[in-house]
Amino acid sequence: MTLDTNALLIILTGALIAISCGFLGVFLLLRKMSMTGDAISHAVLPGIVIGFFVSGSQRSLEVIIGAGLLGILSTLMIDALRKKAKVQLDASIGITFTLLFAIGIILINLFAYKVDLDQECVLYGEIAYLPIDLWITPSGLNLGPRITWLAGLNFFLVTGFIYLLFKELSLTSFDEHFSSAIGIPAKGVNMALMSMVSYTTVSSFESVGAILVVALLVVPPSTAYLWTKSLIPLLRLTAALGILIAILGYYLAYWIDSSIAGMMVTVAGVLFIGSALIKGNWPLGHRGTSHSSPAFDS
Amino acid sequence: MEDFLYFFTFQDPSITWVVLGIALLGIGSAYVGTFSFLDKKALLGDAISHAVLPGICLGFVLAGEKDPRYIVAGAFLSGALATFLSSWLKQNTKLSEDSIIASILSVFFGVGIVALTAIQKSGNPEVAGLNSFIFGNAIGIAEADLFLYGGLSLAILLVLSLFLKEFRLMVFDPGFGKAIGFPMKSIRFVFNVLLILAVVIGIQAIGVVLMAALLITPGAAARFWTDRLQPLLLLAAFFSILSGILGTYISFVLPQMPTGPWVVVFLSLIALLSFIFSPKSGLIRRFLARRRYLHKTHRDHLMKALFKAKEAHRELLTLEEIRALYPFHKKEIEYSLQALSKQGLVIQDAQGVRLSPQGTSNAMRIVRLHRLWEVYLNEFMNIAPDHVHESAEQMEHLLTPELEALLEQRLNYPALDPHQETIPRESHDT
Repeated sequence: MTLDTNALLIILTGALIAISCGFLGVFLLLRKMSMTGDAISHAVLPGIVIGFFVSGSQRSLEVIIGAGLLGILSTLMIDALRKKAKVQLDASIGITFTLLFAIGIILINLFAYKVDLDQECVLYGEIAYLPIDLWITPSGLNLGPRITWLAGLNFFLVTGFIYLLFKELSLTSFDEHFSSAIGIPAKGVNMALMSMVSYTTVSSFESVGAILVVALLVVPPSTAYLWTKSLIPLLRLTAALGILIAILGYYLAYWIDSSIAGMMVTVAGVLFIGSALIKGNWPLGHRGTSHSSPAFDS
Repeated sequence: MEDFLYFFTFQDPSITWVVLGIALLGIGSAYVGTFSFLDKKALLGDAISHAVLPGICLGFVLAGEKDPRYIVAGAFLSGALATFLSSWLKQNTKLSEDSIIASILSVFFGVGIVALTAIQKSGNPEVAGLNSFIFGNAIGIAEADLFLYGGLSLAILLVLSLFLKEFRLMVFDPGFGKAIGFPMKSIRFVFNVLLILAVVIGIQAIGVVLMAALLITPGAAARFWTDRLQPLLLLAAFFSILSGILGTYISFVLPQMPTGPWVVVFLSLIALLSFIFSPKSGLIRRFLARRRYLHKTHRDHLMKALFKAKEAHRELLTLEEIRALYPFHKKEIEYSLQALSKQGLVIQDAQGVRLSPQGTSNAMRIVRLHRLWEVYLNEFMNIAPDHVHESAEQMEHLLTPELEALLEQRLNYPALDPHQETIPRESHDT
């Protein structure tokens, strides 16, 4: 158990990513779109690969643009399947993300000889290598780990986005019809949120992996939602959970020598299940009659 | 081409085995998946398929090697735990179903990744095979393992066909099932067991992440073609087998390609083609139906214009007058006039266009429907005369002869519409 600079940097980065994802996740949760977030984080993969292939580097703008486009494409595709093809929502999500993710994997294998992007890195990321991946200016000035800067930028953009669009986001989340009635473009706000989710996914995939981003998008907000329903406490609690997850995740992974990102998710899961056990309705302590099903209901 | 022949003539017994295995896996998961698709629980399968990863690792650690029995058992246990947790959370917390599924999915997957990295760092040489569970590798399935997976798949099919009636009730009307005395809870329990089993064996071929496609897409694609359960199941199974075999073929020709993603791409392609070409609700069919309707309304409008001219005691309208009525529709007017002359409803000559006797009768009917509907709206719905035209403009193309007779009867054969225009009838009718 040591607290050296590396540990601090990794925890800081982890916490920044967890908070950015958690903030967006709160709004996804309120909109009952958690699975859409999950779908986006799978679906950006082909965008990442194509951006990587075009630019030849994992750190380029092309990767972020590619992923952003794919994220939006996936929401459009889910919408088209649901409205044009009349496929139910859950199946539309399932079809969309599996197809796009499959295309991503195929592209990785196709470009394998040109692109140094292996499946494992995309899936789990490796936050542990962060201290050796430094951002060094052309003049030779060492500015510290690159990924921490990326996570910081992402955190800054996400909090800025939520701060600026707070009224629009909360109104469209709670009452879409009312918000359209008072002139808020609900579809535009939705698109903006989805773009932020895609951008966060890309920006985090190097460190925590594309799939584990999902966990950070969904699990801390769900845990917080078990304790409170009002928006501001929900955001605060999510942020606190993000920090806790980063600290515990790092030390546990250090202790059993395993994937830090995976351990962060495991910690998040334990907190989630624990909260559910505490806050869930136990059969003995039935409060009210809301859970006894009506006689002719299934 | 040589590869193609070699593969599809099944000279190589190992290819025969793999294709047989893929076919069995495909049928099993397509059957179970179609039921869960109809049950609107398609994403539960996705959660389960991510959730089996920790169990696979546990099985591997306990057996010390890639023993399929341990792996299937471990995967089944963690899949069952995930299913139980998600239904418990749904009943006992206020979280919505999609947050529960997304949480379960990502937490179990995260735990699985931790276990997988821990195993990889332990340096067991067998560990390479474990990675194939994430993306699947049908070619890599050993012949001996196929018996286990194939057997399980057959068992799933057997149970599903034996209790088809019960599962049909569960999907379409569980309340009715309960009322007539079926144990719906046990039926759902059995179904969940089948779903987990299908996932556990399916991931061999397609991998954890993409397993959802094998469950959802065949059913969704087949749904475009039929409304009946049995053809739906057969069609879903057929789509699943077809894409399974094609995906395996790609893996065979390009050994660095994992099977799973290609199976998914072929499945999605089938779904896309079904969506475009389905005779029931396909894109092309809907486009054609809409165009046919638009042409019909346009023809109706032309005949109406000619009839109204006749009411004003003008036998014919010149082409210019018709064009002035519908500016910017020159092509459409030509097309409609051609169709109408072909049917013998209008006569077109150098002077202009006039209605034939048959055409007069048809046009009269359209005008009659229009005015009858206006009377109906005015008298029965108490809508002001200046508000009834819009609706009548649409209904005049849609009312059937039966409805027309009913309207006439209810309105007691009115002579005038709300705008004081005569409702035209054939002379022998009155």
